[in-house]
Formats: sequence, C-alpha cells, structure tokens
Amino acid sequence: MTTSAAERRDLGSWIRARGYTPTVWLVLPGVLFMVVFFIYPVIYGLNLSFQGRSGGISAYLDFFTNQFPHDSGSFQTLWTTLALALPSALICLVLAVPIAWRLRRGVRGVRVLTAIVMIPMTLGSVFVAEALNTLLGPAGWLNRLLLMLNLIHEPLRLTGNFTGVLIALVLTGFPFSFLLMLGFAAGIDPSLDRAASILGAGPTQRFWRIDLPLLLPGITITFALSFVLAFAVFPSATLLGNDAGPTRVLSKVAYQEYSNGNYANASATAVIMAVAQLIVLAIVFLIRGRLYRGSTAGGKG
Amino acid sequence: MTTSTVLPRAPMSAPDDRRPRRRASLMGSLTWVVLWLFIVVLVASVAVVVIGSFADRTGSGWLPASYTAKWYAAAWQDFGVGGLLGNTVVVAIVVVVISLAIGIPTAYVLARQSFAGKRLLLGLFLLPQVIPTFTYAIPLATLVYALQLNNTLVGVIIVNLVPSIPFAVLVLIPFVEQIDPRVEQAARMSGAGTIQVFGRILAPLMVPGLLAAGVLILVRVVGQFELTFLVAGPDSQTLVIALYAAATQSGIVSLQEIETMAVVYALTTLILLMISLRFVDPTTAAAGGRTRVR
Repeated sequence: MTTSAAERRDLGSWIRARGYTPTVWLVLPGVLFMVVFFIYPVIYGLNLSFQGRSGGISAYLDFFTNQFPHDSGSFQTLWTTLALALPSALICLVLAVPIAWRLRRGVRGVRVLTAIVMIPMTLGSVFVAEALNTLLGPAGWLNRLLLMLNLIHEPLRLTGNFTGVLIALVLTGFPFSFLLMLGFAAGIDPSLDRAASILGAGPTQRFWRIDLPLLLPGITITFALSFVLAFAVFPSATLLGNDAGPTRVLSKVAYQEYSNGNYANASATAVIMAVAQLIVLAIVFLIRGRLYRGSTAGGKG
Repeated sequence: MTTSTVLPRAPMSAPDDRRPRRRASLMGSLTWVVLWLFIVVLVASVAVVVIGSFADRTGSGWLPASYTAKWYAAAWQDFGVGGLLGNTVVVAIVVVVISLAIGIPTAYVLARQSFAGKRLLLGLFLLPQVIPTFTYAIPLATLVYALQLNNTLVGVIIVNLVPSIPFAVLVLIPFVEQIDPRVEQAARMSGAGTIQVFGRILAPLMVPGLLAAGVLILVRVVGQFELTFLVAGPDSQTLVIALYAAATQSGIVSLQEIETMAVVYALTTLILLMISLRFVDPTTAAAGGRTRVR
C-alpha cells in the first residue's frame, strides 16, 4: 500500500518535472484529432509515393525527368508555381503593412473600408477568375478604357497567361494579409507610440523604428500564410491562365495524375510540392526566430 | 500604464501633428492611392459578373443590349441551389465553432506553458499550414471513404476541420502572447480558477484574435475547394464546388448561367461575412480590447 502510493508519487513528480501540469492536458482534444485525420493520412500518402512504376523512388525520378504519362513538363511546373507564389505573397505584404498600420487606431469609415477590402476573400478564387476573365479580357472594360484614352493601340493580353493568374493571386491574397496585419498592428500598445512621439519621433520615424520592428514577427507569419495560399493555386491557374503550358502548376499535375488513377505519381508530386514549400517556409521562420517576440504592451519603465 | 492614462491627451498630440505632417502625408497618400485602385478593380470585377448574369444576350458595347432574370430561375433548377446553400452554411458554422472551441485551450497552453515535447506539438499544428492541401487531401479522402463518410456532411466537416483547427491555434498564439501574463497572475492570486481565468480574463482580451480567427476560418471553409471537392458527392456539395463544375463546363453551360452561380455564391459568402462582422468590429479589434470602453 505504502509502496504503491510512493510509486504513484514518484510517477506524478516525474510527469510534473517535465512540465506536464494539469493545464497542459488541455491540448489533448486537438492533438488527438490531428493524429487521426492528419498524421495518419500523411504517412499513408508518403508510403504511396514510393510505389511508382518500378518501386522505390521511381515516381520521383519520373517527375524530374518529365516522364509522367499525363504531363509532359512536370518539372517545369515546380518553377512556374514558385514564380507565381513568391511575388504574389510579397506584393500582398508590401500593400498590406502600410495600410494596416495606418488603420490600426481606426479612421472614419474604417469598417466600410475593411468590409470592401475583404470582398475578394469572400468571393473566392473561382469568382475572381471568372470576373477577371471578363474585366481584363481583350474586349473587357480595362482594355476598352485604355483604348478610349489612347494609352494603348491594341488590347493588352492580360488573361490566358501568367500575368492574369498573378493578378488574381494578389487580388485574392491581399485581404488575407491585410486582416492578419491589422490584428497584429492593433495589438501594439498605443502608449509606445505616444512615448516615441513625446521624445520627438515623427510618424515616419515611429513606423520604421517602433512599429515595424514590433510587427516583424507578425509580418513573417503573414508572408508565410499568404505564400502557402498562393502556392496551392489551382482553380485560377485553370480558369484564368493556360494550364496546358505557361501556368500549369504543381497541384494541376497532382490532380491530373490522381484523376487518371496514378496514385503513386500523384502522391510523389504532392510530396515534392510539400518539400518545396517547406524549404521556403524554413527560410522565413529561420528569420522569425531571430526577431523580438513577446509582449507588445508598454511596460511601466 | 497609470502615468500614460493620467497624462492629458491634447498637449501630446499637438507636437505630433506639427512638423512631420508633410512627410507622413506623402507616404500616406501613396498608401491611399493603392488602396483606392484596389477598390476600383474590385468593384469593377463584381459589376462585370453581376451585369453579365442579367444579360439577355452579350452585346458588343460596354453593356449588354437587354436584361433578363431568367438565368437565376434556370440555375436554381439546374444546380439545386437551395440544397447547396444549406450544405454550405451548416458546414461553415459547425467548422468555425469546433475549431475555436478546440483552438483556444490549445493556443493558450502552447503560448504559456513549457513542457517536454512542446516543440513537437507546435510542429504538429504548423504542419498542415505549411504543407500543401493536396499532400494530405488525397490520402485523407481515402480515409473518409473507408469510414463510409463520403458524400455526407459529416465527412465534409471532418476534412474541413483538418486545416481549420491548426489555423485557429496558429492565429491565436500571438494574441495570447500579447496578453501580459501579470494580468492573469493577478486574477489567479485573487482566487480565480482555470475556467474563470479563461472566461473572464483571457477570452475578453482575446476577442480581437477570436474574431479574426473565426472570420478567416468561415471564409476559408466556404471557399475551400480541394478538400471538399474530393469527398463531397451530389448530396453534400457546397456552392463553390458546384460553381467550379459549372465554370469548367463553359462550353455546355451558358456564360450567363456560370455568372449567375458566381453571384449566388458571392452573395452567400457576403451575407455570412456581414453577419459575422455584426459581432466582429475591426475597429474594436483595433483598440485591442484595451483602451476602448463602450
């Protein structure tokens, strides 16, 4: 009796010594769900990717040597996808940070403004692609306007190619970056700004030397999330670009192989997609780890 | 903290508004021009689709020659818009509620506690955000089929929870980190239990984060394409799946009918967003729940 009680106490202190206070167990429901519906499928897919034509890494080799039965240029799609996702995430960020910073205290009509900016997010990529096809097409309103103003002499080709997909990605990605940045910018204690202003810093100085450094962790998260969003581009590449060539993206290749029953090739493409994305994100989060991370509330000092 | 609230506001903002004003407005006006350009493109995009959905015949000018509402009746019949609407709303709301309910405690523990294996858990919640949807969507769809949940709303809800729960956790962690731990310690010292700390201290301070996370998840679920596409059947489709199906059949389905479906889809998400924005005021979020008192 006494020994088992002592053992139990030992076990209890062993668990507590590793930081497992009762509060920690609050993560359990989330973790269980993720193990069953995320970890297990990922491992299953990984296993599948090594069952290509002749086993082992043959599916991967086929990808890099463009030997998939339904995709003649699979390797090129890797660069196409990166060339779309990186610039669009960067453009979104460069647009979102100053605007969110300016709106962080709220100006008149900020609610209406935010609601309007968020429209593309509610519209989704399929709607935006459909709309841009008409708006930016050869007979669309933009080309009509530019022709009317004599700025151009023949219609600009903005759809059915790379430019169209990039425009669509920026349009759908911007609200996402904007809303996240607004949340982070609003979390900065106004008294820090006020203190800087008392010490003689103008708005520009305050932005570069107070708010931007405090925002950097938020900025890296925002960049990472909007890159991920753009990297998975699928509907707009098909509807607004030309997925037979110039805007054929990785997810299109994976889907094509999947719908033709080549599950190993589809899985291998999905894994390559994941690795490429993880490399980009690793760089971003390596930078984030070096930045200040903590309370954005002003202290007493 | 106390000193800053006692200080009068007017003398502080006066020097602030003086000299550096011109430089700030230069940068500011550029910001506003970009913002307005964005809004103009946006409004034009919506206008083009809405006008197109009412076009009787596509004209050669800026606007169609004559208008009709017949495409709406046709789309309602052809695509079963009523059922699609019901599916979309149910899936979106259930996913948001479950994601936040699981996300709050998880984000709290990951932001505040330190324990063995914490980095591993952080990685677990980061992974679905950092690997592409397709990487897990295809095997996940197989699992849902094996559980015989394909073509059911439960199946659609499960696959949508997979990216949503970690997303909620990831968005909420910085919001927990922003809360001064001393506030919480003070509450605990004054005798508040875990439930009270969550309900009366953390939740009100986290409102901006909860709202941001909730709205973002709602919109992501309504627009979620790949995951829903792979497990949904005729009875459990959401609007966006039906819209994509229509858009890829542009030869068979008339352009006006596609644009009609686009309008119905956009209107649904817009109304859902409006309802959430009734509860979520981005400007209250801007005050951080700290300074604004109503």
